[in-house]
Amino acid sequence: MSRTGGLLPAHDGGGAEPASLDLDGLRRRLERERAGGYWRSLEELARTPEFEAMLRRDENAVAREGFDRRDLLKLMGVSLALGGLTACTRQPTEKIVPYVRQPEEIVPGGRPLFFATAMTVSGLATGLLVESHSGRPTKVEGNPLHPASLGATDLFSQASLYTLYDPDRSQTLEYLDEIRGWAAFLAAARVAADQERSNGGAGLRILTETVSSPTLASQLESLLAAFPGARWIQWEPAGRDNVREGARLAFGQDAEIVADLRDADVILSLGADFLSCGPAHLPMTRQFARRRRPEGGPMNRLYVVETASTVTGANADHRLPVSAGALEGVAREIAAAVGVEVGAGSAGSRSASATPAGAFVAALAADLKGRAGRSAVLVGPEQPPAVHALGHAINAALGNFGRTLRAIDPVEALPSSQLGALAELCAQMDAGRVSTILILGGNPVFTAPADLEFGKALAKVKSRIHLSLYKDETSAACQWHVPETHFLEAWSDARAFDGTASIVQPLIAPLYDGRSVHEVVAALSGLPESSGYEIVRRYWRDRMSGDFEVAWRSALHDGLIPGTASPEKRISVSAGAVPPPSPRPAAAEGLELVFRTDAKVYDGRFGDNGWLQELPDPITRLTWDNAALFSLEAARRLGIEKQDVVALSFGGRSLEAAAWVEPGLPENTVVLSLGYGRTRAGRVAKGSGFDAYRLRRSDALWSGGGLEVHRTGRSYPLACTQMHQNMEGRDIVRATNLADFEKDPSGGKKEEPGPGLSLYPPRPSDTYAWGMAIDLSACVGCNACVLACQSENNIPVVGKDQVRRGREMHWIRIDHYYGGAPANPRHFFQPVPCMHCEDAPCELVCPVGATVHSAEGLNDMVYNRCVGTRYCSDNCPYKVRRFNFYHYGTQFRAPSMKMLANPDVTVRWRGVMEKCTYCVQRINGAKIDSELDDRKVRDGEITPACAQACPAEAIVFGDLADKGSRVARLRENPRDYSLLAELGTRPRTTYLGSVRNPNPSLAQPVSTAFPHTQLDTETGQK
Amino acid sequence: MSTPPAEDPRSSAILEPGHTFASVTDKISAIVLAKHTPRFWWVGFLLAFSVTLWLFAAIGYLLLRGIGIWGVNVPVGWGFAIVNFVWWVGIGHAGTLISAILLLLHQDWRTSINRFAEAMTLFAVAQAGLFPLLHLGRPWLAYWLLPYPNTMALWPQFRSPLVWDVFAVSTYATVSLLFWYVGLIPDLATLRDRAKRKFFQILYGMGSLGWRGSAAHWHRYEVAYLLLAGLATPLVISVHTIVSFDFTIGIIPGWHSTIFPPYFVAGAIFAGFAMVLTLAIPLRAVYGLEGFITLRHLQNMAKIMLATGLIVAYGYMIEGFLGWYSGNTFEAYSQWNRLTGPYRSYFWALMLCNVITPQLLWFKRIRSTPWILWCVAMVVNAGMWLERFVIVVTSLHRDFLPSSWGMYRGTVWDWSTFIGTIGFFLALIFLFIRFLPMISIFEMRTLVPDAEPPGEPHAAPGRLKGEV
Repeated sequence: MSRTGGLLPAHDGGGAEPASLDLDGLRRRLERERAGGYWRSLEELARTPEFEAMLRRDENAVAREGFDRRDLLKLMGVSLALGGLTACTRQPTEKIVPYVRQPEEIVPGGRPLFFATAMTVSGLATGLLVESHSGRPTKVEGNPLHPASLGATDLFSQASLYTLYDPDRSQTLEYLDEIRGWAAFLAAARVAADQERSNGGAGLRILTETVSSPTLASQLESLLAAFPGARWIQWEPAGRDNVREGARLAFGQDAEIVADLRDADVILSLGADFLSCGPAHLPMTRQFARRRRPEGGPMNRLYVVETASTVTGANADHRLPVSAGALEGVAREIAAAVGVEVGAGSAGSRSASATPAGAFVAALAADLKGRAGRSAVLVGPEQPPAVHALGHAINAALGNFGRTLRAIDPVEALPSSQLGALAELCAQMDAGRVSTILILGGNPVFTAPADLEFGKALAKVKSRIHLSLYKDETSAACQWHVPETHFLEAWSDARAFDGTASIVQPLIAPLYDGRSVHEVVAALSGLPESSGYEIVRRYWRDRMSGDFEVAWRSALHDGLIPGTASPEKRISVSAGAVPPPSPRPAAAEGLELVFRTDAKVYDGRFGDNGWLQELPDPITRLTWDNAALFSLEAARRLGIEKQDVVALSFGGRSLEAAAWVEPGLPENTVVLSLGYGRTRAGRVAKGSGFDAYRLRRSDALWSGGGLEVHRTGRSYPLACTQMHQNMEGRDIVRATNLADFEKDPSGGKKEEPGPGLSLYPPRPSDTYAWGMAIDLSACVGCNACVLACQSENNIPVVGKDQVRRGREMHWIRIDHYYGGAPANPRHFFQPVPCMHCEDAPCELVCPVGATVHSAEGLNDMVYNRCVGTRYCSDNCPYKVRRFNFYHYGTQFRAPSMKMLANPDVTVRWRGVMEKCTYCVQRINGAKIDSELDDRKVRDGEITPACAQACPAEAIVFGDLADKGSRVARLRENPRDYSLLAELGTRPRTTYLGSVRNPNPSLAQPVSTAFPHTQLDTETGQK
Repeated sequence: MSTPPAEDPRSSAILEPGHTFASVTDKISAIVLAKHTPRFWWVGFLLAFSVTLWLFAAIGYLLLRGIGIWGVNVPVGWGFAIVNFVWWVGIGHAGTLISAILLLLHQDWRTSINRFAEAMTLFAVAQAGLFPLLHLGRPWLAYWLLPYPNTMALWPQFRSPLVWDVFAVSTYATVSLLFWYVGLIPDLATLRDRAKRKFFQILYGMGSLGWRGSAAHWHRYEVAYLLLAGLATPLVISVHTIVSFDFTIGIIPGWHSTIFPPYFVAGAIFAGFAMVLTLAIPLRAVYGLEGFITLRHLQNMAKIMLATGLIVAYGYMIEGFLGWYSGNTFEAYSQWNRLTGPYRSYFWALMLCNVITPQLLWFKRIRSTPWILWCVAMVVNAGMWLERFVIVVTSLHRDFLPSSWGMYRGTVWDWSTFIGTIGFFLALIFLFIRFLPMISIFEMRTLVPDAEPPGEPHAAPGRLKGEV
């Protein structure tokens, strides 16, 4: 009772009026009642009638003598109820801020907005449009205006959303594994900078990945100006050193070659996987695929000389598998055959007769010469500089430069030898000459060639700072770890393969305590307060023409800055550009090890991406692991079977890896992809695959001989989604040669049963009739549709164990089959979504009517009604249905992963069947729009996620009832056929048969038959 | 197991000579009314009951985690659950067949085996009924398969054989239960009258529904029993026919076949008699019932097994032949895959169990040697399980598109559930033989020579004019 001065709070109705105090009376009473004890307030002391009344009113419930039963119960009830309330989890503070003024273009809770941005892989940008629902990015699409996208997307950009929301991303800035604030980092950075400044920055090193960002490059340049002794080094494990060296060899200057395949009738790839890899693979796939349809003008012809089996090789009309060591020799033969002076000419002619590839080379050379100026020779960045020089020389001899090929200045900001710079850095660090290293992105401790012992050298640097998305192997080796912002969280800029610059626009504020590379560099440059937005704008303020605000806004809107594409550069192949044949490695006779970037995790940077990890490799169909790929012959000779663990010894280093057998590899080649076997990573990357970097040396970056393989007798379970890549002689993928196709376009097409076979009456068809056509001639098998579907439709990742049990959830899968001779098979890809059969076997057998036919011909799945008998899946001849064996959907419950889910699509419960819906949410969205406008949906207005992502434009969706629609016209195409038509299911998804265009002088009939090999052994899984 | 001499002169009798009304009643009711529970019963029951508890644990874990704990996957969406379901339903065929069809056909040798064959039917159908429920992704919604008025506008999709299944199996279970219970009523009254302890008097009294053995009671009883027999007879045929529709309605090669209904029914009778023999042979030995379940019974059942086994073998043959003769790639491959594919060992084991082993039953010596007969029956039980496995799994695992081919293997939870239901089944059988007369007392009394004038065939038990 110390608060003697407190006034009573005003009560409702103003019952107690403090105004009526009689202070004199109070004083008198105080004197009189000195022994009276305590009082709470003047009112109480005054004993006014008002106070008495108030007391009675307030306290009568409790102060009255005794309780009656009803009051007691009421009070108890209230106390219990209130007690229960307080026991609940405390609700987080939520501020409800209604839109006082409705922001322009936003329909709350309704329509998504799309923003243009760009994603970089190895420094080069792909322009994207990112869908944003109420401020959170939910889907990535390609930017049709951007030259590196043309509206299509690749795996990495589709999967980038998963990385954004990955709960395993680094979330805190740390110093020696202790959480620190940004201010602490700034202080430390200032101390380090001051120390470095004292000796001109001689001990400062900045290590980045390949940089094309003009802003970052200019920031780094000013930083280097402030620290003249400092060095900026780039390291990209899958870099373009060879491309650069090759250009220098051939042209005597730096140049980057940009291909335009629209006019290329004959394409030769020397180990170039241009259909699934590289900064321009999306536009090149589009250009390539447009010329793969026999109706659309003359078809192009693709020759591929390669070592590993790639997507490009799988699409070749003629593929020549050669060992990595022999590829240069083949290139030399081709060059000689098209009339390039290859220096030691005798070597070329000698091997031409000696190799079995002679016929291939002769036919190819004739074809190339016949298409001079209308051909293109592309060389993979893994190939040694000499092969690049040969490629340039062949192209020059054919007059392709200026027609199908264009030379530009290198797009990257620092075009120099990365490997050399990294080796120098390692030497300097080892010698103790580096006192501060700033590693901006990348994971060099993991990716640097093993012989450089980067990690060991790095430990000798006094201050080590690492900026990265994840706490990875390099973070563990550095004192400071700064979490990096995802590209959807921060402002930046980047250039595409042709030089076009884009602003990288964030769609969401950083989810964690992340900083962009611009902010970190600014902090070191003594500008700690600069925001990424300001830095990027400051750079472009002087460089955009016209009114800056207008130009800036239009650059953000369009996703690119007009006029920034690099102009064509004049080049000429210098005489004697082609170096003499490099001496054959001594160990070339034994097994050879070939490294390649992984189709899914690339160089390891996407290792923590669950979508990519669970995506089947385009050829091997392996998920969650890489494997040492052996040819059939080598496996037979060495007694290796799939899933055996083998010990690989390569140049004094060894690695144990699981083996896999793949047809079409050169006999003595073992292929191992990079990026797996991570030791410090999130939950997803850890424990999957085998670290090829441990075998990778700077003198054998991409391949080397002298590999020794030993069986260990153990086995390692691999998760493959397609155990049988043999069509078993069934009519599944229809394929023919162009010559045969022209003779008989229907290709012996079997009679397909029409309607009327069903016992049930036909459905009325007076509305839309949705259908899909998939052109197998165009499809290159890149998997982009699979990931686009996963992202659009909230498809969960189930993990390796579940994949091994045959429970992967992808709604569209790409089946891959071999045909022909196992030593060099043909590949057939077939995307398989739901067929939306008119007489669907699944609908018939569902006991609860959970899968029903819509009036528009969709085979709808009603999740709420499904009880999970799985009868529909059993009865589906295409096996496109997917079942939630466990509650896979719980992964959308992690706070960040919740934001990943598309709000237009249900997250499915345990025990429920699901499958492709033709993106029914998009169909209904377009229908609502059209109904508002009182019109029908226009052709092309609805694009399912798979079709939208497809760089080859192989998937066409539309209304079959509209005879003018693209899909209805494709139905009339003689190549059109239904899969398993003889079952009478009458699929709405049909295929256009694949037509290949082999050289008539080399042609063999296209055969989908494939002999039974050791590939068919049951691998003990599922 | 005690083996009676093979050349028993009494082997052709259906009731050991020398029995009287009193001795029959005493002998059978003593098993139930004995105060002392034999040690083997306790051992057997506790063993079976602990397996039952394991079944409940497996079911609990299943409900907690989801169907993923089983081995099913996308090409093979149905695994052990459906295999076990069909296996148990098949076993559940013998009881009603023996009770109803043999009753209508005046096969009076059925009398001593019909009671526990019916009990076995009920318990087997109960096990079978578990699986369609448990194999659902969301078993708590199983009631959606029933047509009932509701506000969700839910109605079963009547084109689906699974809905037919619900009706077929539940009808069969209901009729079998009624049939069994109606047949029990006079015996329950006997037990009521003979029970010494109050508790059992009340219990059996309630069960006997006030049976006093009056002529009116017997009359009603006879009519009801005959009607139920008539009702049950088509069900014996229909249940497994409809179960076979689960497969034949599907378009999967290996399922889509018109021979399934008759061949499934024959297989079910085959399996059912095998299970009756599996149970009857040990029971007659341990309870000394060789006088009631004579060698003639065993021989007759063995002959039925031989006949149905031959039908089943014919089914296999025709399936294989049609696979080839159809000229259908998928059908032919499906059959070839059974013979030579990754599950070939299951197929050849099936041939050994269901085609080759039953041929032993051509020999009278084998038919009349109970322990060999028991071994043959066990082999047939295993063979019938394999048959369902081959049909369900090998058809699904390689269907139309090789890209989606896969493999299936039962997990520890699949096996737990399967073995658990065997334990549950046996536990129920143990309870049944302890608390209810496993052989129909009053019907056995009709077989006592005094009951009928010699030579007159016995038609229905109601003809007996005797007190209870």
